[in-house]
Amino acid sequence: MTAALRRHGWSYLFVLPTFSLFVVFTLLPVAQGLVLSLQDARVTGGSFIGLANFGTLADDPVFRQALGNTVLYATVVVAAQVTLALIVASLIQPLGTKSRVFYRALFYLPLVNSAILVAIVWRWIFNPNPFGLANATLGVFGLGPFLWIGSSDQALLAVILSAVLTVPGGGVVLYSAAMGSLPRELYEAADLEGAGPFAKWRHITVPLLRPTTLYLVVVYTILAFQIFERVYIMTNGGGPNNATITIVQLIYSTAFQFGRYGLASAMAVVLFVMAMVVAVAQFRSLRTDVEY
Amino acid sequence: MSSTNRLPVHVLLIVAGVLSLFPLYWLFLTSLSPTQYVVRVPPEVVPRELTVGNYQPIVRWLVNTVVIAGVITLFHLLFDSMAGYAFAKRRFPGKDVMFWLVVSTLTVPAQVTLIPVFFILRTLGLLDTYPGVILPGLADVFGVFLMKQFIQTLPTEYEHAARVDGASEWQVYRHIIVPLSRPALAVLAIFTFQRYWNAFIFPLVILRDPAKYPVQVGLATLQGEFNTDYGMLMTGAAVAALPLIAVFFAFQRYFIEGIRIGGVKG
Repeated sequence: MTAALRRHGWSYLFVLPTFSLFVVFTLLPVAQGLVLSLQDARVTGGSFIGLANFGTLADDPVFRQALGNTVLYATVVVAAQVTLALIVASLIQPLGTKSRVFYRALFYLPLVNSAILVAIVWRWIFNPNPFGLANATLGVFGLGPFLWIGSSDQALLAVILSAVLTVPGGGVVLYSAAMGSLPRELYEAADLEGAGPFAKWRHITVPLLRPTTLYLVVVYTILAFQIFERVYIMTNGGGPNNATITIVQLIYSTAFQFGRYGLASAMAVVLFVMAMVVAVAQFRSLRTDVEY
Repeated sequence: MSSTNRLPVHVLLIVAGVLSLFPLYWLFLTSLSPTQYVVRVPPEVVPRELTVGNYQPIVRWLVNTVVIAGVITLFHLLFDSMAGYAFAKRRFPGKDVMFWLVVSTLTVPAQVTLIPVFFILRTLGLLDTYPGVILPGLADVFGVFLMKQFIQTLPTEYEHAARVDGASEWQVYRHIIVPLSRPALAVLAIFTFQRYWNAFIFPLVILRDPAKYPVQVGLATLQGEFNTDYGMLMTGAAVAALPLIAVFFAFQRYFIEGIRIGGVKG
């Protein structure tokens, strides 16, 4: 044992700081989160209640609203982001190296900013008052003013629009990098057959980019499931009649405003399972992927 | 494609880029406008008069953010490169299990650990303290994964040569691995700093005292449910955006490189 320790001591020393922090602040919390979801944990303490929290969630109209809003937001925003990234990257690709570098930077710059900053600006753009930029702009065409974040019908639309109206820079960079490494022979063969630029894009580029597309769909979906800051800032944490309530927003208020830690942990477990389902789906479709 | 063909493409891309950048422009514009112009109808897209009076109370929060994000980044550079080296190049019992545990938590949403971490910090008496915000930040393992992937690609000959020359294991790490890993360390530094500069929900839950808030949390408290001082809010947001924009322009290629190595998650 001491011989082994002497031989491997350095290895353990190198791993020790990260791994001990990881165990205390990630691994054990994940386990404790699962345990808490089975407890009636409140500020005053709690007891084991099995799956009762999940039953409570299933019957809770606010949680169902949060789940529905989160899935709707993720579906629309991910579809829009991946499509936008693909289109922008495709437009950038045939340009010269200098232009490519410029545009990648241009589209990545907005992403440096925190969700909070971005949400603060969007809150103002979709302000119900006439001085809100969306209303002022639409007013030029004689439309509105709309209530946007002040109305239970339009608040979620405003939140979704705020996410859709920004080109996803990370996706552009990844698509752009993937396009650079596609095999040229296929395009040359297509040229010989007289295929036009759109036919080549539709039948060669898009299918070959499938691994990148899958990766982006999964990462963006998991990120979208965790939407919190936009809702917290744009609509004061849920909007009129919980119109924009999301799972993470509800976890936050259930745990840290109402002290129902067990119930909030059960919501976190639901979120965890949603993320896992998406990740596993990606893994399975990647395995059946075409090689080139 | 001929250059005349490209013009519409450029126009389209520029328009899309400007639209994406517009919130940022709007932010800086409003932050420099006196409050009476901020709520003007119609909104003024070109400023009439500029002021810097909105910028005072944000400074404290900015300093807090620099300290928190800076300390977390420094520790990540040290710890992640050490662990990345061990996982990439060394053989020891339990290595595969440990690495598997680390990787398996990469897709766990951070909100899952939020409540338990809050409990742990309460037990340790670290709620409402800087260590309470910093320690959980050191547990994120994305950097270990990034460093391992990079260090794996380094040739092993240098290490062997150094050991033959009598270098200790620490010296091998310090004088061979660290200098060769500089590109990956740069990516790691930028991503980590950006991530904790922009962190929101953890500090929001852990800190109580407004004097300790990082800037993102501070800004969020500036907006009331009914009365919001938009001049102040937009100013703070603009100031909070500046440092990262500066970092972005200084280290742009590392950002782009980082996405290619580490994906869009960072």
